[in-house]
Amino acid sequence: MNAILAIAQTEIRIGVRNRWVVLSTLILLVFALLLVLLGSAPSGATKADSLSVMVASLSTLSVYLVPLIALLLSFDAIAGEIDRGTLQLTFASPVSRGQVLIGKFLGHVFVLGIAVLSGYGIAGAVAYWTGQHTGVEGIGDLVRLIVTSIALGATFISIGYVASASVRQTGTAAALAVAIWLFAVVLYDLALLGGLLASSDGLFAKTLFPYLLAANPADAFRVFNMAGIDMAGSATGLAANGSAMPFSPYLAIVSPFIWTGLGLVVSTVILKRIQP
Amino acid sequence: MILRAAGVSKQFGSVQALRDVSLDVAPGERVALLGHNGAGKTTLFRIILGFIPADAGQVSVNGHLPGSTLARQHISYLPENVVFPKMLTGREIVSYYAKLKSADKAEVDVALEKVDLVDAADRRCGTYSKGMRQRLGLAQALVGMPKLLLLDEPTSGLDPLSRQRFYDLVSDIANAGAAVLLSSHGLSELEAKTDRVAILRRGALVANAPLAELQRSANLPVRIRIRSNLRDVEAVHQALGGDRVNGLSVEFSCLQPDKMARLSAISALGDAVNDVDVSPPNLDEIYRYFLTADETTEQIS
Repeated sequence: MNAILAIAQTEIRIGVRNRWVVLSTLILLVFALLLVLLGSAPSGATKADSLSVMVASLSTLSVYLVPLIALLLSFDAIAGEIDRGTLQLTFASPVSRGQVLIGKFLGHVFVLGIAVLSGYGIAGAVAYWTGQHTGVEGIGDLVRLIVTSIALGATFISIGYVASASVRQTGTAAALAVAIWLFAVVLYDLALLGGLLASSDGLFAKTLFPYLLAANPADAFRVFNMAGIDMAGSATGLAANGSAMPFSPYLAIVSPFIWTGLGLVVSTVILKRIQP
Repeated sequence: MILRAAGVSKQFGSVQALRDVSLDVAPGERVALLGHNGAGKTTLFRIILGFIPADAGQVSVNGHLPGSTLARQHISYLPENVVFPKMLTGREIVSYYAKLKSADKAEVDVALEKVDLVDAADRRCGTYSKGMRQRLGLAQALVGMPKLLLLDEPTSGLDPLSRQRFYDLVSDIANAGAAVLLSSHGLSELEAKTDRVAILRRGALVANAPLAELQRSANLPVRIRIRSNLRDVEAVHQALGGDRVNGLSVEFSCLQPDKMARLSAISALGDAVNDVDVSPPNLDEIYRYFLTADETTEQIS
């Protein structure tokens, strides 16, 4: 346990010292503030809580930004340490390789959590004080967004470990991480949309589509958050289909957790086979 | 024996990285593992650490299987190229590895003190010189009271002064009871600071003995150079043979057992000889001998 905490603490320390925390907080904050300040125009004079409106826009932002930040945090975790020779040192010590991975995971999730919490927290505070009809409900939406964003980040951190552990070079791991991001948050949705267009009434749209949507942790995250925000009008894009799903859209949040577990198990298995 | 390796072989594809290597290291012993690049030094280390399995042969670390938790508790490793996170201070790095090894907190300061990094301990290691980084690597290897230290080319790239200090440290560690197995490119780098020298050539152990014994068994000729004067130099050359050098000197080589006889012949020449230089074969020559000797040369042990 001591070793796991030491590994996590070191990852956090490195994240703070090399400005990772500050940089990712700023990125999230800038985008969130842009949405808060510019996004208040379309909501106009509706009765909607402007905090909830912001959360709706932010959950779409999260789908793109959070996995990217998570993958950038994790792609170097194993390949980079092999490159630099420090993983050999760690493996020579009495800690198990599973402990190494868990320690890194806790550290990276903490770093990402700080960034999400402060980025969205500050943006949320701005929206709360400047917006209209803000209340407890909007704060609930924001908390839900922050917690699930961290969960989404954790998912892609663990997937990033799989990429990092499967290749020997940091450069290859980086390329793999970008490919994973592109596939998960862009190409996958495009493919689903294509499928919907091709058979808007067929088997695909009625049965397969909701499951395929939930299978992608990023889409599942959006479905869950949109379902949570109690206004059908602000739900857009793929998630608008949520109401017609064969299962409760709240169940979709299981998906990122399953992927996190899967990513951790797979990367541990690969890590145990690595011969540094 | 803290480290026992018996008949270890390892093949990578078509390359025989190690063939039938047997090497034991006792507590308190300093053993140098020599060999050219690709001779199998790092492969042997990786097998001892349990990173890769051996194809044949047995290895045990303090009686435990390599790579097992019990074996890893007794081992400390310093890889050839290790780059610590630049953002962390020396103290943070050493205490990180101390925690991984469940070592006492106080050991961190002791280790930093030993490698003379106390003043720089709270500076980020990105600012360290090469020698300091190497000493930092040694400091992390010192914590956890290891019984076996594996140092992979710890002195490559160090200046002679830092190298000497490094070996002084290694001697201190060995005197405290730990076994040290370190690898190096050449004998001259060791500066005769080890108890035993093992030489790997293309995966096979061609020598495993104390340095003095290697010197004897290599049986390389001693070079003798005599300085004479203009009048007598021709007579000296006639009497002793060898080569005329620089007009006033005569140089020849002889085998170790003949050395005394030759020297008394030289002193018999009396005034004709102004000065005599006797140079035994240097470490690099001995090393070259073992690396180039016939495959059929008997293994010295």
